[in-house]
Amino acid sequence: MLRVDDIHLAFGGVKALSGVSVHAERGRITSVIGPNGAGKTSLFNVISGFYQPQHGTVTLDGQSITRLRPSERASSGMSRTFQNIALFQGMTVLDNIKLGAHTNLKSGVFSAGFRLGASRREEHDLSDAIQRDIIGLLELDKVQHHYVEDLPYGLQKRVELARALVMKPKILLLDEPVAGMNSEEKREMSRFVLDVRKDWNTTVLLIEHDMSMVMGISDHIVVLSFGKPIASGTPDHVRANPDVIKAYLGTGDEVAA
Amino acid sequence: MAGNRNILWAILLILALIALPALVPRYWIYFAGILGINIIAVHGLNIMTGYTGLLSLGHAAFVGVGAYTVALAQSKLGLPFYLAIPLAGVAAAIMGVGFGLPSLRIRGLYLVIATLAAQFILNFVFVHWQKVTNGDAGLTVQPATIFGYPLNNETRAYYLILVCDVAFTLFALNVIRSRVGRAFVAVRERDRTAEVLGVRIVWYKFVAFALGSFYAGVAGGLLAYFNQFVNPEQFGLLLSVFFLSAVIVGGMGSILGAILGAVFMTLLPEFLRGGALAVGSSFGFDISLILVPLRETVFGLLIVGFLILEPRGLAQLWKRAQQKFLTISTVK
Amino acid sequence: MNPMVMFAEYSAVGIAAGGIYALIALGTVVIFKSSQTFNFAMGEMMMLSAYFFYTAAVTFALGPFFGMIAALIGSIAVALIIERFALRPMMGRPFIAIVMVTFGIGSIIRGIVGMIWGPNSLDIPAILARSPVMIGGLFIPGKTARAFAIAVVIVGALIAFLRYSRAGIALRAAAADQITAYSMGIDVRGVIAFTWVIAAITGCISGVLMANVNSLTPSLGLVALNVLSVIILGGMNSIGGVLIAGFIIGWLESVTGWLIGTEFREITPYVLALLILLIRPTGLFGTAEIERI
Repeated sequence: MLRVDDIHLAFGGVKALSGVSVHAERGRITSVIGPNGAGKTSLFNVISGFYQPQHGTVTLDGQSITRLRPSERASSGMSRTFQNIALFQGMTVLDNIKLGAHTNLKSGVFSAGFRLGASRREEHDLSDAIQRDIIGLLELDKVQHHYVEDLPYGLQKRVELARALVMKPKILLLDEPVAGMNSEEKREMSRFVLDVRKDWNTTVLLIEHDMSMVMGISDHIVVLSFGKPIASGTPDHVRANPDVIKAYLGTGDEVAA
Repeated sequence: MAGNRNILWAILLILALIALPALVPRYWIYFAGILGINIIAVHGLNIMTGYTGLLSLGHAAFVGVGAYTVALAQSKLGLPFYLAIPLAGVAAAIMGVGFGLPSLRIRGLYLVIATLAAQFILNFVFVHWQKVTNGDAGLTVQPATIFGYPLNNETRAYYLILVCDVAFTLFALNVIRSRVGRAFVAVRERDRTAEVLGVRIVWYKFVAFALGSFYAGVAGGLLAYFNQFVNPEQFGLLLSVFFLSAVIVGGMGSILGAILGAVFMTLLPEFLRGGALAVGSSFGFDISLILVPLRETVFGLLIVGFLILEPRGLAQLWKRAQQKFLTISTVK
Repeated sequence: MNPMVMFAEYSAVGIAAGGIYALIALGTVVIFKSSQTFNFAMGEMMMLSAYFFYTAAVTFALGPFFGMIAALIGSIAVALIIERFALRPMMGRPFIAIVMVTFGIGSIIRGIVGMIWGPNSLDIPAILARSPVMIGGLFIPGKTARAFAIAVVIVGALIAFLRYSRAGIALRAAAADQITAYSMGIDVRGVIAFTWVIAAITGCISGVLMANVNSLTPSLGLVALNVLSVIILGGMNSIGGVLIAGFIIGWLESVTGWLIGTEFREITPYVLALLILLIRPTGLFGTAEIERI
């Protein structure tokens, strides 16, 4: 599904990624882990198209997207959430979610301004689809008309997931979806991600610090350290890898959970 | 249910506005016409600045482009108003995009300066391109005619403006509630995130700028028909400040706000004049000299005051008052 | 007269006039560097200073020297009031909201000056001698030449001050990275207020000079909006670039006025600004800090 091959990225003389490859297989949850500064977020920014790597390719569904702009990548079926919540605070939950479907809709200024049939139908269908597929799945029915800024942190994270889902992405990138959450919220979020995968067979690529979540839901894990891949495999396989343990012990993080 | 009630109120308001000329003196109707034109212009600036976050200091100049387009389309090409008005909008949109395009690709200050340049350069053209614009003396415009029926007094022109107001308000409302409007707000709030969601930022900035300038041009065209003349003095920097104040005072990014802001700012100079004249006559000096600077001071105070204290403007105050009223009435 | 000599003379006059632009631009750039705030009221601050000078020197008959001191004090007070009560509450708000606030302040000052001193031009006491200056056979009007000399001295002094004084170093630290500067114990708020004081001083001196060379009217500030294009031309983060740009604009205005017609002078800077935006948006000397989308 999503193949990231042999990425090299440097800022000035500083190497952020050297030879990183990640393959996210269809319908599976793939995680990228590593200590702080390992290059996880740089990798996501390469996949999203914010950074242009010096070397390497990104392919989605057999199509190379290495040279596409971020907005074009969205159109080809990629969506993501952000480590720091990046919702539109002045909008309602529902409008935020609708924005996620931007690339699936077609209305321009004229069809929208004159409320032409196609435009009305499109909005109507979108509202129906959101109510049917998203609101229930992520349990957002009570807050859908609230302004985002009035919601607690954990709920905002969930709205961001909803916004990333509404376009029915081929590949969903989750950037630390449970950062800053309590254990109750973490469990909920894990359940939502598993539900999404089960209901829609969505391919998920996850970056996360929280080992209990990563070990609990991943099918495949890639470990980065200082911009280099040091291990990959199933959770059990990775957990037993001495290099991984060393990398984590070096930073004091706990890998066994 | 709330939506239905709003529609009911809007219909009542429009009926009242239709009946207005029968109820009030003619001077008021002139005033209502100017107000209606300002509403369209402020909608335009609100689409750019309020919704999309593109600050324009040259809105008055784009209104001027519309006004001159109508004057010239009528005298040189003999176009009727229903062709001249859209042409005015298109001309202003082309001008707007022409000035704005180089800086729409860049963030921050550059668009502000490009629009300021548009304000000064276009006004310069109005004054100095004598052959076409007749310089400071300006151009006269014949009233609009519909099927040979001339809209040659305030009341008749008022109805034309009223129809345009309803149409352009509805259009703006529809755009704002659509995919396009959501993209505008996304561009304003977090352009990086917008891009990840597939919103083509430069394109939507372009659309917002063209649409806002189109509104400005239409407002200018209507103004030309309404005043039956056009000169450069009408479209100076002070008018751009006026529109900006209206957007800020009304509430950036709110259709209701644009209307409230236009109403407030159109009435304000009249109150200022009335108040200043009353004060002046009681102290026995000629206050008319300070009216223009007084207006500048008050516009500036409103811009600064609302931005610091109530950045969501009158629309927010209105909403709060409404909620208070509702809770009181439900408690009773 | 020989066209080459004419060209040289117009060029010299223009470059001399550009000295004042450079001074105004310097005031705007320091504020921008400390707080990323673009001060659209700079022209009005400068115009107001000239009126302070007029009022102290003429109305209260203090004479030019004490008039200048009073004008400096008044300008600094106004700048600090603006910074404290209009800009500081806006910290952390969107960029365009802050720009709009400074724009509104400009409108307030323009209006107040119009109400107090009226729209007509006032005669300001001549602090600059009229006798023309000859440089290598070129004839330069006395006021322009002397204003240039003063502007150059002030600019030089300020740059030396910014480079070598503790306050200047704090300013550069804050400009480079506010948060780091803050954590190093630099009083960032103080630095910002300090840059407003610098802007008040450069604005006051340039305002009085400008009013001497041209005349004192409330639109003196609008003329200074030209400086905006200077700043784009120079690139917002390069002080040296902005200074050179000031001279280029002054030169271009003068030469355009001569070659095409005086009325074109007023739009020359804006046409140039648009051309720069089209060709090289980072400005001539700025580093490529502008984010393309």
